[in-house]
Order: sequence, then C-alpha cells, then structure tokens
Amino acid sequence: MTKLSTFLGASALALLAGGAMAQDAGPAVIFDLGGKFDKSFNESAFNGAQRWAEETGESYAEFELTAEPQREQAIRRFAEQGHSPIIMVGFMSATPLNEIAPDYPETKFVIVDAVVEQPNVRSVVFNEHEGSYLVGLMAGMASESGTVGFVGGMDIPLIRKFGCGYAQGVKAANPDATIVTNFTGTTPAAWNDPARASELTLAQISQGVDVVYAAAGGSGLGVLQTAADNDILSIGVDSNQNYLHPGEVLTSMVKRVDNAVHEAMTAGAEVEVGVQVMGVGNEGVGYALDEHNQPLVTEEIKAAVDQAAAQIASGELTVHDYMTDESCPALTF
Amino acid sequence: MDWLALLQILDSTLRLATPLLLACLAGLFSERAGIFDIGLEGKMLVSAFLAAAIAAVTGSVWLGLLVGTLGSLLFAAIHGLASITFRGNQLISGVAINFLAAGLTVVVGQYWFAEGGRTPQLGQGQRFEQLTLPFAAEMRDIPVLGTLYAEVISGHSILTYMALLAVPLSWWLLYRTRFGLRLRAVGENPAAVDTAGISVRRLRFAAVGIAGLLCALAGAQLSTAEPAAGFIRDMTAGRGYIALAALIFAKWRPWTALGACLLFGFLQAVALRPALFEQTLGFRIQGQLLDALPYILTVVILAGFVGRAIPPRAGGEPYVKER
Repeated sequence: MTKLSTFLGASALALLAGGAMAQDAGPAVIFDLGGKFDKSFNESAFNGAQRWAEETGESYAEFELTAEPQREQAIRRFAEQGHSPIIMVGFMSATPLNEIAPDYPETKFVIVDAVVEQPNVRSVVFNEHEGSYLVGLMAGMASESGTVGFVGGMDIPLIRKFGCGYAQGVKAANPDATIVTNFTGTTPAAWNDPARASELTLAQISQGVDVVYAAAGGSGLGVLQTAADNDILSIGVDSNQNYLHPGEVLTSMVKRVDNAVHEAMTAGAEVEVGVQVMGVGNEGVGYALDEHNQPLVTEEIKAAVDQAAAQIASGELTVHDYMTDESCPALTF
Repeated sequence: MDWLALLQILDSTLRLATPLLLACLAGLFSERAGIFDIGLEGKMLVSAFLAAAIAAVTGSVWLGLLVGTLGSLLFAAIHGLASITFRGNQLISGVAINFLAAGLTVVVGQYWFAEGGRTPQLGQGQRFEQLTLPFAAEMRDIPVLGTLYAEVISGHSILTYMALLAVPLSWWLLYRTRFGLRLRAVGENPAAVDTAGISVRRLRFAAVGIAGLLCALAGAQLSTAEPAAGFIRDMTAGRGYIALAALIFAKWRPWTALGACLLFGFLQAVALRPALFEQTLGFRIQGQLLDALPYILTVVILAGFVGRAIPPRAGGEPYVKER
C-alpha cells in the first residue's frame, strides 16, 4: 500500500512537473481540410502565424488536417503537449472543441469562424456583411450596365449574409441597380463545382452583369476565370485574390484571419477569452487594394469606399446582417 | 423569353450535356456488356485531375488528355480485374474506385502543387479552346438557322464535338458490327456467347476499356475545356451518377442517351437562370426543384410510367464458366 501511494505520489509529481514544463510549449495552429496553401482561409491563418514567428523569432507547432477523424486527435494531442493557445480555423472544429475544452481548463483555445461557449475559448467571428457592403459599393460604382452579379456557394445563411451585405452596398451606390443572385448548389459539392459556377457566370453575363462577386469557396475560381475570359470585372473573397487575373479582378473582400491569428499568438497563453468580433472597425474585414487592381479603382471609388468604411467603423452606418432575422432589405433570395 | 435568351440556354445546354453524354455512353458500353459501372465518377475525376495537372506542368493540353486517358484506363482495368477476372461484386468495385479517385487526386495534387489538392489555373494553350466552326461569322446574319449555327452549334471545345460524334459511332459499333452484336449478347446471355467459342472475358474487358476512354474525355472536358481552367477536388460533383440516371432514362440506347443527356443539360441550363423562368412563366420556381428534376424523371421512368426500362439481363453477374 505504502509502495503504491509512493508510486502514485511520484507519478503525480512527475505529471505536475511535466505539466508545468509543458505550459511553455508555445502556441499551436491547426489548419483545416483544404490545407495550408489553399490560397484562401488557411493560407491566411498561416501567414499570420508566420508573421508572428518572424517578429518574435520563436516557433509554433502546426498540424494540417487531412481527414475528418484527425480533428479531435490533433486538438487533444496539442493540449496534452502543453501548447497554449491552440488555434484552429474553420467552423467544423466547433463541435469537437466544445467537448474537449473542459478537459483542459488550463489551456487556452482559439477558434476562428465559429462560436464555442467555454470559459477557456476565444471565438473569433467576422462581420462578412460589412466587408461585402464595401465591395458591393465598389461594384455598384464600377458597373456601367447597372446590373451586377453575386455567385454564392452552398445556399446557407452564412453565404446569404455575404450576398445581403453586397446588395446593400450596391444599392447605396446606385439605388436603381439590379442584382442577379445565384448559388452553385445546396450540398457541400457546391463548394467545389467551378464548372457550374462558370455556367452561372455566363448566364449572368447574358443578363447584362458586368461585375460579379464570388463567395463560393473553390467554385469561385470558376467565376473569376469566366469573368476574366469574358472581360468583365469580378470580386474575390476571403483572401486577396486580385493577383489571380491582374487587371480583371476589381477587388477582393478580405477576411483578416491572419490578423486574428497573429493577435492571438502575440497575446500567448494570456489570450483573452470570449467572442471577438472582427469587423471593418478593427480591420477584421475589408477590401483589397494592390498593384493588380490599382488601375481599376478610381479616386472616386476609393474615396467613397473609404468613407463608408469610416462610417461603419464609427457606427454611423449599420449594415444589416442577414443571419439576425433571415431576411434582407436589399435583396430577395 | 426572346430568341437570344433561348439560344444562350441551348448553348449552355450543349456544354453542360457534354460530360454527361460521354459518361453516359461509357456506362452504356460497360452495362451493355454486363458490367455495372458505378465508378464513372471516379474515372472522370482521375482523368480530370491528370489532364489538368499534366497540362499545367507541360503546357500541352493534348499531352494532358493522353495521360488523363491512361489514368482512366488504369482505373477501368482495376474495375475489370476485380469484377471480371476475380468475379467480385461490380457495385462494390465501382464504389471503391470512386473513393480511391477522390482520395488519390487530392493527395497527389497536394504533393505536386501544394494548393490544397488543386492544380494551378490553366492559361493560354493549356486548355481546349472554344472552336469557331467555319462560316460561323458569315452565317450569323441569317435569321433562325444562321444564328442557331453561330451561337449554339459553333463555339464549343473539340471534346463536345467528339461527344456528339461518339453517338452515331456508338450506334454503328453496337448495332452494325460483329463486335457490337457479341458485346450486346455478352450482356444478355454470356453462356451463349461462350458456347459459340468467343471469349466472354475479352469482350467484357474491351467494353470496360471503351468506358474508360469515354470517361477520360468527360473528365478532360470538366477540367481543361474552356470555360474550365483547372482541377479542384471532387469537381465531378455527382455527374457520374446523373449520367447513370440518364442511361436508365435512355433505356441503354445511344440515340436516346443523346436525347436524355440533352434534356438533363437543358434542365440544368434553365435552373441556372431562375430570373428568366420567372419572366416567361410569370411565377417563381425554386432552382432546387429544377435541379432535382433529372432524378425525379428517372424515378418516374423506373416506376414504369413512361414505358419500361429493362436493363441487360446478365448485368451485375460475374460470368462463371461451366465446368
């Protein structure tokens, strides 16, 4: 008995020591399916983590999910190794995290694009409707035909939120504008169907659309490609996609996942928990301007969009969020 | 609905029907020889990936098509090996091929290009361009027929024309040649063919091989024919299954397959333009309903409302020689 208790005590001590040591293991990032170099969401997170690593000279642990079952294992393994904060991108991790987080009360978790209500989790969500409003404003001003398009991916409230914000922006620039809306589908296959997205874009062009906004994941590449082939303007999404077709992409609605990741890593294990909303005000969403679309964005457009951004930031202008009441003042889906 | 809008719908119909038609004919050959082919989807995916990947690396879309065809044929050979040589369950082998293709394309794509299983976007010369048929510009001024020729018939990738040519060719091969007669017989009564001293195994392998070839064209159309420009994971998006539905709808015949695929393509093209629908009919129809129509029609056919669809009699059964 004494032997056993000594043994137990010793191992408890070892565990404690291990735990204390492991708390210094630094931050960890879990990239979602789609991979680190997806030219979109995950790559943005990777860029943020890299920026932190270069600034501080420290390193971080990382894992790229390649299959659904790895999700829970990856989170648990990093938690066991004492990493904190553990940052994961993508709403798919919300359910496992909700179960795992209480098991590791000392560890801080950060989830991007979903809300997990646990005392040691920071949930980062983006005001996509605000960013979409800004690019909608630009589309409304850049359009010569007065007809603009929106191609969404899977028809879910989140994507309608993009479309609704966009429509409000378009209407702000040109109250008489027509907005043609299409979705690539109603199943997850809709995210990866560029052929259908291309056809939708062609159909929109035949209805007079001369600026099209793609919020359709991988299918969006088909929209941008078809728009470029037919010499109309397009708008990218999530990360800066202006470079894909220089001079043909008006702008991109960027979600600064990199900023969210960078900020969480900088705060380290002391990262604040709760819901963090990234909007236009704190540069969480915005429009992309670089050398590839410089000639397309006139002084007039830039002035208008910057003014709108300032108004949203100050609270003077509120953009309706589709997800609050499942309806949109500027568009019927 | 004006004439121009109708032309655009028909133009889009032809483009959407191309991969369906090729896959449908692939299924036709395979099933007529008595081999069920659930794996159309997987073979298309492999070919789509290889065609785009090789086109991106070498800059030659024709080389891409060649390698894509080899890949598709390899998968067809696996299916043949499992279901003909080893007499395995054809449905399970087909499903396995779909899984294998969905996984392999992403893993290899990620390894080669590190873009999340995508290939780079294809540029000039790396994809099949839209061909302008002779006299298209001159005929544009002739009403009805001229515009039909210029807007609908002209301006597709070479693969679309190959798909359309494949229909009479398949008909001729199946109904006017000795090979076709034997191929159909092997799907109805392999024992009789065997008795006549003809190798059931060889005929079935030939049919599966032809299916692989046609699937390769369908896949290449998806990833490398304008307006497409590159591979993305799972980009077949269920087209292999719609092709199977079209095959049943067409009652396993080439000309009706063309009709079924054009009808399905037309329904999809209309579903892409809900606004136009609203204008013409005066009320709003949910796009989802139009998307579901091909499946609903197939169910109606299967239920026997519009004639009967009788599959080849020996379909799905591995042939065991009598000892």
